[in-house]
Amino acid sequence: MKPIIRIQGLGKRYKIGERVRYGNLRESITNSLTGTMKALRTLGRNGNGRSADEDSHIWALKNVDLDVMPGEVLGVIGRNGAGKSTLLKILSRITEPTTGRVDLYGRVGSLLEVGTGFHPELTGRENVYLNAAILGMRRSEIQRKFDEIVAFADIEKFIDTPVKHYSSGMYVRLAFAVAAHLEPEILLVDEVLAVGDVAFQKKCLGKIDEVARGGRTVIFVSHSMASIESLCDHCLLLNGGVVQAIDEPIRIISAYLRSQSPTDSGVKGLVSHPGRRAGSIATMTAVELSCGGETTGVIRMGSKLSIAITFCASQAFRPVPGISFKTAHGTPVFNVSDRFARQLHCCRPVTRGTIVCEIETLALMPGTYVLDLWLGDPTHDFDIIFDAISFEVTPADLLGTGHLPPSSLGPVFCRANWLLS
Amino acid sequence: MRTEFANDAQRGWESPAALQGPEPSPASHTGHVLPDRPLLSITPPRGWVSLNLRELWAYRELLYFLTWRDIKVRYKQTALGVAWAILQPVVSMVLFTLFFGKLAHMPSDGIPYPIFAYAGLLPWTFVSTAVSGAGDSLVGSAALVTKVYFPRLVIPVAAVCAALADFAIASVVLFAMMLWYGVAPHWQMLMLAPLSVTAALLAAAVGMWMSALNVKYRDVRYALPFLIQVWMFATPIIYPASIVPERWRWTVAFNPLTGVIEGFRSALFGRSFPLGEMLTAALITLVGLVYASYAFRRMEREFADLV
Repeated sequence: MKPIIRIQGLGKRYKIGERVRYGNLRESITNSLTGTMKALRTLGRNGNGRSADEDSHIWALKNVDLDVMPGEVLGVIGRNGAGKSTLLKILSRITEPTTGRVDLYGRVGSLLEVGTGFHPELTGRENVYLNAAILGMRRSEIQRKFDEIVAFADIEKFIDTPVKHYSSGMYVRLAFAVAAHLEPEILLVDEVLAVGDVAFQKKCLGKIDEVARGGRTVIFVSHSMASIESLCDHCLLLNGGVVQAIDEPIRIISAYLRSQSPTDSGVKGLVSHPGRRAGSIATMTAVELSCGGETTGVIRMGSKLSIAITFCASQAFRPVPGISFKTAHGTPVFNVSDRFARQLHCCRPVTRGTIVCEIETLALMPGTYVLDLWLGDPTHDFDIIFDAISFEVTPADLLGTGHLPPSSLGPVFCRANWLLS
Repeated sequence: MRTEFANDAQRGWESPAALQGPEPSPASHTGHVLPDRPLLSITPPRGWVSLNLRELWAYRELLYFLTWRDIKVRYKQTALGVAWAILQPVVSMVLFTLFFGKLAHMPSDGIPYPIFAYAGLLPWTFVSTAVSGAGDSLVGSAALVTKVYFPRLVIPVAAVCAALADFAIASVVLFAMMLWYGVAPHWQMLMLAPLSVTAALLAAAVGMWMSALNVKYRDVRYALPFLIQVWMFATPIIYPASIVPERWRWTVAFNPLTGVIEGFRSALFGRSFPLGEMLTAALITLVGLVYASYAFRRMEREFADLV
């Protein structure tokens, strides 16, 4: 089959600072003067002034080759500055490439922001028309879809109120509703779903899914791995402007999360940890996470997790450990502690050793988690370390459907049986 | 950006019915038959740019909506509303009549000074509002420019079109004044139409050029009001061109607005047309328009990265 988008050797170079600063006339005049002076000087010395020139540029995108098939939903992930948005901006012709070529065999609609061109003084109705025209809809098309758009946004009552009186939720709903009714063959979507409340986010995802099932080609940039996983057929990983991999979403996502490693590698020395809050008698010296006998900082959801804490003490004591699981934002998720489980209660006092905590099924949704560690004896806490180690939970198809609830709905995974009577 | 339109007009491409087809699975086929040649090719810019007027035409609805927005929004939440469109030239006229007409005894070619001044102020107010509105338009639309593609020319042109609405409203006062002063309508008034078009094109040329420069050099924002003021004094609005000494007359004619405003007065009061000045104005406007639109297209490439 022939691709609907063919990208060959695409590159985009920015002058460093170009995005941030704008010139003023005086600067530009002095720059061109000093530039000429420099050129004259280097001419005389026959030196090379090139390296400085190369230094002041940055390739936001380099040598990208990509074919997207009709009807394909392609996810694009990568850390900030990887070139995701630049790619979309070139495809939607907002900015131009420095090298390469893109051939588009269909009409492109881009949704890089929700509510582009909304004017606060205009009413909802007027903004629908304006926004739709900006996004490339014809007037007849807008008239035909107007009622559908308003119904989707669920704001029939306020359609003739200026949008400056809207709540932010209503505003976003209306804006997305307009965009959702674009009907190009190729739809470019950039991270627009990170807005609105959870219920509306679901509705948006559903709409994008519907668009994709309708046979349209979608390129979808997101930081939400769950939406990428559930929506996309393929996933592209960008790193430093270069295509690193393209494959099934689940593989790319776990490779990405592993490579990204804001998390620890699964083992961490604790002797001089900045998160230590107390410290007497006993000291935790290291913590190690492992899964299937392998030390790792990336754990597949639903698998077995072992946490080994090594400690030493100035005098013998009966160790009582505790571990708190928190999300990356610091919200407590759950705690396991032998103070309550009392499995090590009868052991004899020791001065050193390793405590292993085994969690049979890690019921956490994909995401980054952080551990707080406690160590004490049956009556006192001797050592407390906050944010001792972080790790990543990667998605797994635990429901057997290829879908997971979005992580934004809560960090705990729970299986349920559904019955209808 | 250099773009090639393989198909007729980019947006002449209606979404094929096959898209609404019942195909449930994305993996199977879309039913949408791809054209043999790409609809659009995106390549790095090289060489000279084309004006791509066809594309501009394809986006005429957007021009309409942006103009409509500018007009709608302009006087929102003002107590006087559209009256401002009339108030600005009328108050200026009253002041000019008081200071220049009554106190300074400025000659006015035998026309009552109030209507003489208003006939000059009307096209002038239009040009100055259009130019200053267009000059700020691109920077003010940064949110649009960085998020959606469309020919950027639409933005300053919409600002000029919006100023046309004020011009039309303020014209009503002119005709009321003419009735009051007993100036009878006559065939020479037909010239008002081409003269207004010249004024609009001139405003568009200066406006689009300024707006593009403004993206790169924010100095324009500060320089423009000053330049507009200088332009006003260089234009025979408070004074008739006839008071300029004969040997300096050509410098005044070099200002395209001289031809427009003197032509305006001749058309209104049935005098003989200053053909030399009017032709110069038309010529300069035309050259300026071509230059400004090419300059705009050339600078347009960088807008999204600079604004």
